[in-house]
Amino acid sequence: MVMTKNSIHNLEAIASQVRRDIVRMVHACQSGHPGGSLGCTEYLVALFFEAMDRHREFELDGIGEDLFFLSNGHISPVFYSVLARADYFDPAELVTFRQIDSRLQGHPTTHEGLPGVRVASGSLGQGLSVALGAAQAKKLNQDSRLIYVLMGDGELQEGQIWEAAMYAFHNKMDNVIAAVDYNGAQIDGPTEQILSLGNLRAKWEAFGWDVLEIERGNDMTAVVRGLELAKSRTGKGKPVMIMLHTEMGNGVDFMMGSHKWHGIAPNDEQLAAALAQNAETLGDY
Amino acid sequence: MKKYTYTESKDTRSGFGAGLVEAGRQNEHVVALCADLIGSLKMNDFIKEFPERFFQIGIAEANMMGIASGLTIGGKIPFTGTFANFSTGRVYDQIRQSIAYSNKNVKICASHAGLTLGEDGATHQMLEDIGLMKMLPGMTVINPCDFNQTKAAALALVNHQGPAYLRFGRPVVPNFTPYDQVFEIGKAVMLNEGRDVTIIATGHLVWEAIKAGELLERLGIDAEIINIHTIKPLDAEAILDSIKKTGCVVTAEEHNRFGGLGDSVAQLLVREFPTPQEYVAVDDSFGESGKPAQLMEKYGLNAEAIIIAVQKVLARKELQ
Repeated sequence: MVMTKNSIHNLEAIASQVRRDIVRMVHACQSGHPGGSLGCTEYLVALFFEAMDRHREFELDGIGEDLFFLSNGHISPVFYSVLARADYFDPAELVTFRQIDSRLQGHPTTHEGLPGVRVASGSLGQGLSVALGAAQAKKLNQDSRLIYVLMGDGELQEGQIWEAAMYAFHNKMDNVIAAVDYNGAQIDGPTEQILSLGNLRAKWEAFGWDVLEIERGNDMTAVVRGLELAKSRTGKGKPVMIMLHTEMGNGVDFMMGSHKWHGIAPNDEQLAAALAQNAETLGDY
Repeated sequence: MKKYTYTESKDTRSGFGAGLVEAGRQNEHVVALCADLIGSLKMNDFIKEFPERFFQIGIAEANMMGIASGLTIGGKIPFTGTFANFSTGRVYDQIRQSIAYSNKNVKICASHAGLTLGEDGATHQMLEDIGLMKMLPGMTVINPCDFNQTKAAALALVNHQGPAYLRFGRPVVPNFTPYDQVFEIGKAVMLNEGRDVTIIATGHLVWEAIKAGELLERLGIDAEIINIHTIKPLDAEAILDSIKKTGCVVTAEEHNRFGGLGDSVAQLLVREFPTPQEYVAVDDSFGESGKPAQLMEKYGLNAEAIIIAVQKVLARKELQ
């Protein structure tokens, strides 16, 4: 599918609003993880508003539609904002993020019945396995739709990821498009210093995956094209991995280029500065 | 004392295998997963009949729990199979987040529970699994006593909505439950009505409780014997009805005395009807290698241990 310039503009406009939502949510409750959320904004917007074939109404089983799983659940602000802007629930509910009696828990959960969430995540390393189970169910149901899953790069330090990686190759899970948010940072510092991932592409290739890279993961055109390419590589006997190069904190100048904003909230002045850099396009909640 | 007889001894894990294949016949959504222990879990018949509904995961239990969770998204009813140790302690966080908190309809089926797996020793002798599983909100915990009851339990889980833990064992034990007895999750089975003491047993200790009841009868003690196959939710009504009649209780289980059936009963009684209670359980230790019967004797988990506990609790009752 050829994207028109206009639709890229539309996606960018949605991304701008999502970034506003993220910083406002995290500011309001003075907790949460803005850095990774901002970095994955283009990817989630491109997925939900362009790449995925999904139904209007949310049904947990998701028969006959593409499904998305967020494994690195701490980037819940971007997930919630995108779900709300995609009409799974009213954006006004974003104001309850991390507050008492909310469906928008600190980390995503099915427990409160929030539409769009299919499994709890937050304890890292589990999402790829769950996605593979859902992909197996699709194959059993002869449902040709795809499973998407996003993981953090620091998350790849969890051993369960590599159990799942082996399983996906062995079982030819070619209806899965996984992505790694390859921002090179985790909460304690650069991944290279904490526990090096080494040659990550070679690792996934050695595990038998079809690997492609989106070098500019915060460029909407590049992300949309990358997702189109990834989709074209499904159904060929191998699971597909996208190395999604992003920048933690992208879109808010003082949050970029550091792991510092992984898990802290902006103050009032910082919020104002962040909002000044991201136009209100769909109306603040 | 009601007479219990059996014509054959069989392992409860074979009961699971038989129940699983029957479950597969009754419901096309039933799928099975195993982490490289097909033979031990007796899953061969299911695989033979439903090869496309079986998933060999390899030695990767964490991944197995995640895949099972995912399979429910799309309407499948997954039964996972591995040893009790690898079904619980090894994958606690995966069960907690991806299954229990997410309320996924996964049936975690665990063989080789307790001391009676024998020679493999303490690394494999899981004595903490009931506690681990019952602490998870929404988790149903079932520990049937023989082949027929394990088969019936596996079948009952097909129509049960929500996460469940089914615990069974390795050795052959008397198969005395009627093959056509309906298995009702959360419902105690009254094995013998008596007046002097209530013996509440689960799993392999149920047969030991029956043997103990026969010996106690010769000593002039009339024991009420209850088979609690479902530890969570606990059949509070049946337990309280019995204890209000007998005034004392012995609980018996192949598990650490911390966190098992005994604690569930004690918690009920302390709130509703404080009563002298004695535990027949492993006294906060790991197991060791040995023959099942040797281990059950050494760790105080047989009919003799139940009788000693009954005598203790009767003495306490008289002091009241």
